[in-house]
Parts: sequence; C-alpha cells; structure tokens
Amino acid sequence: MCGIVGLFAKTPEVEANLGALLAPMLHEMSDRGPDSAGVAFYRNPVASGHTKLTLQHDDPAYDWDGLRKALKEAHGADKHVERRGNHAVVVAHADAVRAEAWIEEHHPDVKIMSAGEAIEIYKEVGRPEAFIEAFDIKGLDGTHALGHTRMATESKVTTAGSHPFSTGLDLCLVHNGSLSNHNGLRRMLRREGVRFQTENDTEVAAGYMMWRQREGDTLQQVVDHCIEDLDGFYTFLIGTRDGFAVVRDPIACKPAVLAETDEWVAMSSEYRSIATLPGAEKAVAWEPAPATLYMWEKERV
Amino acid sequence: MATATDIEVVDLAVTPLRELNQRLHDAASGGPRSWRIVNPNGAHAIAVGIDAELDVVIDGHTGYYAAGMNKHATVTIEGNAGVGVGENIMSGRIHVKGNASQACAATGRGGLVVVDGNASSRCGISMKGVEIVVKGDIGHMSGFMAQSGTLVVCGDAGDALGDSIYETHIYVRGSVQGLGADCIEKELKEFHRAELGRLLEAAGADAKVDDFRRYGSARQLYTFNIDNAGAY
Repeated sequence: MCGIVGLFAKTPEVEANLGALLAPMLHEMSDRGPDSAGVAFYRNPVASGHTKLTLQHDDPAYDWDGLRKALKEAHGADKHVERRGNHAVVVAHADAVRAEAWIEEHHPDVKIMSAGEAIEIYKEVGRPEAFIEAFDIKGLDGTHALGHTRMATESKVTTAGSHPFSTGLDLCLVHNGSLSNHNGLRRMLRREGVRFQTENDTEVAAGYMMWRQREGDTLQQVVDHCIEDLDGFYTFLIGTRDGFAVVRDPIACKPAVLAETDEWVAMSSEYRSIATLPGAEKAVAWEPAPATLYMWEKERV
Repeated sequence: MATATDIEVVDLAVTPLRELNQRLHDAASGGPRSWRIVNPNGAHAIAVGIDAELDVVIDGHTGYYAAGMNKHATVTIEGNAGVGVGENIMSGRIHVKGNASQACAATGRGGLVVVDGNASSRCGISMKGVEIVVKGDIGHMSGFMAQSGTLVVCGDAGDALGDSIYETHIYVRGSVQGLGADCIEKELKEFHRAELGRLLEAAGADAKVDDFRRYGSARQLYTFNIDNAGAY
C-alpha cells in the first residue's frame, strides 16, 4: 500500500500554514502506511554557496551544537541549529560536496537526510500521528512539501528505509508501489559509483534518478528513462527546489489523485486526504494519466 | 416513527460507516426508502451491499468501492467516485455526477452505472452483464476481459480498449487511442442501434446514435481453434 501526499502553495497564506495543512493530509493516509512516516519541506532557502543539511542521529540528546561549532571552525556555519525530533538542520558555509564530506569524515555516526538550498527531510518509524507530533510538522512553513506513510513490503522498517529519499541536491522522491528489478539495478548503479544505505527498492529508484541527473538528463528525460528501466509498480512524487512532479508507471495500478484551486495544488493517493484542505469541495480533481509527467514549479523571485 | 416518504439523513462525520451500511442492509426488511448521506469525504465502502429498492444520495466524493455489490437500489454520488465504484453491481442504478476512478463497475453483473464526467483506467474490467454509460472519456485498458453487458462512451477511449474481450458490446463516440488484443471495430446493426439508443436515453446523455462506432470481439482468442492445437 503506502500513502503519498504533496502540497504546493500558490499564495503566501498557504505557504505560512503549509505544515498545518499537510499534517492532516498525512494523518488521513495512516491506514495506507502505519509503519513509518516522513516529509520533505522546501523552505527558508540559504544563500548561494551555502548548504542546508538535514542530519539525523539515533541519540535524541545528540550534541548538535557541538557539531555545528566544529563545522563553523572548519567551513563556517550559521549560528542557529533547528532541531526537530532526532533530526537537526544546520547551514554550512560551503558547497554541498565539501559540507557532506566533512560530516562523513568527522561525524560518521550522523546520517545526512538531505542537502541543498531549501530542502529539509524528516522521517521516522512509527505511526504517522506520532511522527507529526514528535517533529512538530504543523509548525513548518514552506513553498511546497511532500509526505509519505509507509507499509513496508520490500525491506525492513527502519528510519533509513523510510521515505522521502534524497536523490540529489534539493531533490527527493516518495513512492507508492514496489520495484521488482531493484537488486540488478543496485548492482549496476554501484558500479557507477552510486552509494546505498539499505536494501530498499525506492532507494534504488532514487539512486537511479540521481545517476541519470549526473549524466545530464532533464527531469523529463529522467522520467523517460525510469519508465524504460524500472520494472514494477509505482506512483512517484518527485520534489524539486521549486516544485514537484508526479509520474505513474504505464499500467498505473497504484492510485493517484491531483487537485487544484487558485490557492494550492495537491496530490494524494486518495481523495480523502485532499478533502481535509480548505476549498477542496470546489477544487478541480483528476487522475494523472499513466507514463505522463505532471509538474508544478514556482518562479524564483 | 419514520414514514416511507421521509428522507433519512446520515452524517458520516458522526455516524460510523459500519453503522450506516448495517442500517442500509437492514432496510431490506423495512424502514426508510430515501436516504441522504452527508460528509462522505472520500471514505471507502460507502453504501456497499444494499439489497433493497432504496434511493440513496451521497452528498460529496466517495472513496473505494462505493455502492459495490448493489442490488435494486438507486445510488447517486454528487461528486467524484474512487476506485471500483459499483464493483460487482448486480442490479439497480448508480449515478456518478463527477468523475470515476479506476475499475468503475468492475465485474458488474447487471444494472446500470452512469458517469457524467470521465472514468479512468480499466472501466468495466471483467464486466459480466452490467450496462455502463460514461458521458466523458475512459482511460486505458477499459473493458479488459469484458464478458457481457454494454459499455457506452460518449467521449474518447484510452489505449488497449477491450483487450481479450468476450461478448461485451462497446460503443465509442470519440477517438480510440488503441484496441487491445482481439478487439475489433464491428458493424452497427439495427439491434445495436436500438440498444445504444435505449442506454443513451436511460442515462440522459445528449448524443446521437449515428455518431458512435461499435467495437467487440474478433473471437479469435477465446474460442478454441483446432488449427492452433499444436500451440497449446
């Protein structure tokens, strides 16, 4: 099963309340995925040349400020650390390659959930309502956000196996479905230098997308290659720096509903999530066609 | 004491779904004939398994399998319907005023399902006698393994229409993106014109019989052909 939700703000009011609007959508998908939950929020973009990192450590009392101070001495870093559950957001005054390499070298026990200018990824095992509380999802603002509730089929229930998966700078993926050729693809991608943390099928799709982007594909080309090379069932919701994209496999068994008003664009596995949004009753709602890319992006100011 | 003319209103924001469905089942042995269900909010399995001549209006959008296995009742959905609306309908009538999701009227054995908007993929999959009228378009793989009954589409049909079809009659007014295995265009005979005219009228569809094309089985796939014995 699994549930997917996404919300793209078209007004400042929706941006300010993005978390408060996404949380009930995610909660509504609890029956579809009671194992784990996760979100990606795009908010507070950092200055060009700086990198926002979302980090995770299993110890809830982890010394994030100590990490930040050491990072500041090495590369420079923002004063503030934003903690959410066992995750923390730090801003490095360095490009992503250097910032991530520094974390991996000096804090190998810390997991990097996401890196980029605007993206923040939070995810954890357990019921979605507990996740929403522990990470204060309702308190988040942002331009757009993606969420996932997981019913594990292909790999273990772990934080690392939860969605969203980072697929590169400011990019992430959530998935409803299952892939059947992920082991072969993982071997191929490892030869191409892509690293994997889990035995999870979606992580392979994320790694595949990362690889295609590295090879110079546009998002449309990435999706065309996915349709060719990924064997299995999927509805993908792909988060980008400026918006999100939806694509379903050519058979399109896995559900997806899109809805749009003058205030927002919403995506969900089922309409009942969208029904929680203000103005849902007058939204235009439809199902995305198979093997077709749908995309919404905000113009950068 | 409720009389037969009263409308029984059930608010799904306060009444559990199982209680609603139980009351609709109990109505087979008496009680209110007219029902209005408010705040459906996309819940699954609303008004499933009715076996009585009830008139049920669902005031909003429904989730999966709305009015599934319906017998005798008239169920109107004043919004969009989720996956498998009218699944295995036996008789009666289901009217979706908005769009229908995948597998509309799947495996239906009788009755009439009308969709005012579009129906997405696999509309009428494995249908076994139900009559379906979609006033808009239908998605890919519709009428897959359709065995009997009639599927009328006033708009366009997606790819692989009628794949592995048996004896269902399919009528499409618009374009067909592609025909599935063993599905071919067939002549619109007098019998079919009468059948199509009757269904368009029953559904309140504003369309002319002459604008439709008929599709059906080439009967090469499901009939045993002695010349192919070596392949089995």
